[in-house]
Amino acid sequence: MASTSLEPLVDQTISVITNDGRNIVGVLKGFDQATNLILDESHERVYSTKVGVEPIVLGLYIIRGDNIAVVGELDEELDASLDLTSLRAHPLKPVQH
Amino acid sequence: MLFFSYFKELVGKEVTVELKNDLAIRGTLHSVDQYLNIKLENTRVVDQVKYPHMLSVRNCFIRGSVVRYVQLPPDGVDIEILHDATRREARGS
Repeated sequence: MASTSLEPLVDQTISVITNDGRNIVGVLKGFDQATNLILDESHERVYSTKVGVEPIVLGLYIIRGDNIAVVGELDEELDASLDLTSLRAHPLKPVQH
Repeated sequence: MLFFSYFKELVGKEVTVELKNDLAIRGTLHSVDQYLNIKLENTRVVDQVKYPHMLSVRNCFIRGSVVRYVQLPPDGVDIEILHDATRREARGS
């Protein structure tokens, strides 16, 4: 069976959206068929309507596949052009099955 | 298997995937797999003001388990073929 693989994203900076509505950015180091991820140099981006995006440094993380919604390829150029300190937004909603 | 085959036919088409957290992502269908995980290219979030969380993401992998809807182009659907395939699948099980 064909597989939509995360292989091309290894060693790239990715933005993960988890089922509880968190946004975690880091370098993808490994993955498996269950979409468990190994993320290096990771940090969480906390969004709020009151203050700008707050980064929380996490380091080397394993994220379990059950809890993953989206794995996005972060475009570093685009990301650098964003002013995260002035970005106001509601936090993402948790996934409801 | 039916929907996996069906989505394989739609590779290259523009679709909008609505997730179970209400996020809606529009993009070109790049690939799909047996779990109906979806890879989209050239992605834009539908309501970018409400959901600026993915502004720097242009390609993404969406886990099948988190998809609520996949909105298709009307001309992307051959109703007759889908109807026949569904009938065959139902008969098989």
